[in-house]
Amino acid sequence: MNARALNGLGLALVAVVGIVVLVLTPRLFDLDLVLNITVYMIMAVLALSLALVWGFGGILCFGQSAFFGLGAYTYAIAMINVGESTAPLILAVLVPAAFAALLGYFMFYGRISDVYLGVITLTVTLILFNSINSTAGPEFHIGSAKLGGFNGIPGIPSLNVPFVKDWQIDLEGMFYLSTASLLLTYFGLRALLASGFGRTIVGIRENEQRAQLLGYDPRAYKLATFTIGAALAGYGGCLFANWGSFVSPTIFGLAQSAQIIIWVIVGGRGTLIGPILGCVGIQWLTAALGANAPSGDAGWQALLGNVPLILGAILIAFVLLVPKGLVPTIGGLDSLFMRARAGAPR
Amino acid sequence: MDLVALLAIQVLYAIASLALMSVGLAIIFGMMKVINLAHGEFLMLGGYAAIEANRLGLSIWIAMLIVAPIVVGTIGVIVERTVIRWLYGRMIDTMLATWGLSLFLVGLTTAIFGNTTVGLSAPLGSFEIGQYRTSAYTLFVIGVAIVVLGGVLAILRFTRLGLIARGTMQNANMAAALGVNPNRVYSITFGAGAALTGLAGAIIAPVSGVFPTIGAAYIAKCFITVISGGASIVTGTATASTLFGAVNQIATYVTTPVFGEVALLAAAIVLIRVLPQGITGRFFRGSL
Repeated sequence: MNARALNGLGLALVAVVGIVVLVLTPRLFDLDLVLNITVYMIMAVLALSLALVWGFGGILCFGQSAFFGLGAYTYAIAMINVGESTAPLILAVLVPAAFAALLGYFMFYGRISDVYLGVITLTVTLILFNSINSTAGPEFHIGSAKLGGFNGIPGIPSLNVPFVKDWQIDLEGMFYLSTASLLLTYFGLRALLASGFGRTIVGIRENEQRAQLLGYDPRAYKLATFTIGAALAGYGGCLFANWGSFVSPTIFGLAQSAQIIIWVIVGGRGTLIGPILGCVGIQWLTAALGANAPSGDAGWQALLGNVPLILGAILIAFVLLVPKGLVPTIGGLDSLFMRARAGAPR
Repeated sequence: MDLVALLAIQVLYAIASLALMSVGLAIIFGMMKVINLAHGEFLMLGGYAAIEANRLGLSIWIAMLIVAPIVVGTIGVIVERTVIRWLYGRMIDTMLATWGLSLFLVGLTTAIFGNTTVGLSAPLGSFEIGQYRTSAYTLFVIGVAIVVLGGVLAILRFTRLGLIARGTMQNANMAAALGVNPNRVYSITFGAGAALTGLAGAIIAPVSGVFPTIGAAYIAKCFITVISGGASIVTGTATASTLFGAVNQIATYVTTPVFGEVALLAAAIVLIRVLPQGITGRFFRGSL
């Protein structure tokens, strides 16, 4: 079987699995489990945003959670002020994208090296976290929305069908919306990466100087990739704010940023299906370990319910032992799922 | 006038504590080009080491000045031997692995000590400046920072150990050909950086208290200081801390402590854009 056929088969497989999950989950499982799966789907959108920026664009962004949080907060603030979700939804994508474009302009056109880029994105995330965290007083508000500081913003109204204010999306609707969003994001990114733009950014990742000598401007392409990634993360944040009808500054936090990186590194850089599997797998694992620790035994509880401990161990282990991530390492899956980087010289 | 004197002491204190917290990271980054994202956790461990040693009956001075550096230095050597040494030359991977280490240490200390703030009471009492009172411990921190920076400078410049370390960092193969074991030098350097970080963590513990996630509060400040400082370890740390310490303390005085921190980080981002090689990449070139 040639590569093109394998590629088509992989795509078809993802589509079939996706549609099966989309249709069957609410019919087979209880509502609380459906709610859990919904949040996995939302986080997978976030994982895909970093998969694009880091895995294909080669930009190690330590602050993807900043754009996620910015999207969530934008939606919350705009929604409380407007009451109808069409504009807030658009803003939740545009505000993080604009912020990323500004920050990216500063970083890429300043020709800052990879390492400094990591540190700057980390710093910006901390600035946002610190700023929002300290806005607890009633004097901090935007329109009628109180920022709430470390308490967060509770009671965010949920999405409605565009322009129909009274037709709100219920919990099951959120599941359909999130899963459909994930599938659309996945196939959208596949299409993007198969296009000339996608091939160019992979080329820049592989050899920036060569791409530049061939007449491409790496700064512009990196800026565009970074901005698209931020827009996606912002959309994920908007869904997340809907899911719990609550946002708090912890979604800007370092722990959240680290998690996104871990999903991508566990699943595999340079793949799209890997980060999705990594995201769902890691979240399931930490939840399952915490829930299944032998009750009454404080030692086991402290170990298995300890999310930072487990995540930290996973991150160290993968960097040292499986630096490419699971999907590229398991070779058979490799050829099935990740033809998107076929254009890259390897 | 009294207020000016008080403010001056606070600005000096902000500079000194920033320099003290960053110098261990500067050694590890400047000499080994390893980005240690677990730096904040090393500070936190230094604090816990001092507090636990003090609880076991050691005098606070021994706990802070001797036990904390030894404990954290030992942890540093273990980390270098088990994790870092596989990753030399892979800067991004060291960042990721030490981030993992940072999460791991947060989890571990939460499991052992619980998620509560513990503290030491600051020794030395207080003194008066006109109508104001301030803690004498502030002056102690400033003194320690001067001694530590001076000591690092002296060791690097005047001792055989410093010469070997600098030589190995410049050209490991050449140093090996001359009979130095680079692996040992890396270990010792990483351990020394960690030990100084532990010392710093213990010294600031009475001021800030210690809890498992406190590292996150320090990490950005320290990184920014080291990176803005540039290639020279001591000069870079000193100049960058002076700049950011002053910005932080003055903004804190004018607004709130939180916006003081934000002003520091924002100033740093602008500085990196203007001077991507850091302060010592442009000024004081060739200093240590």
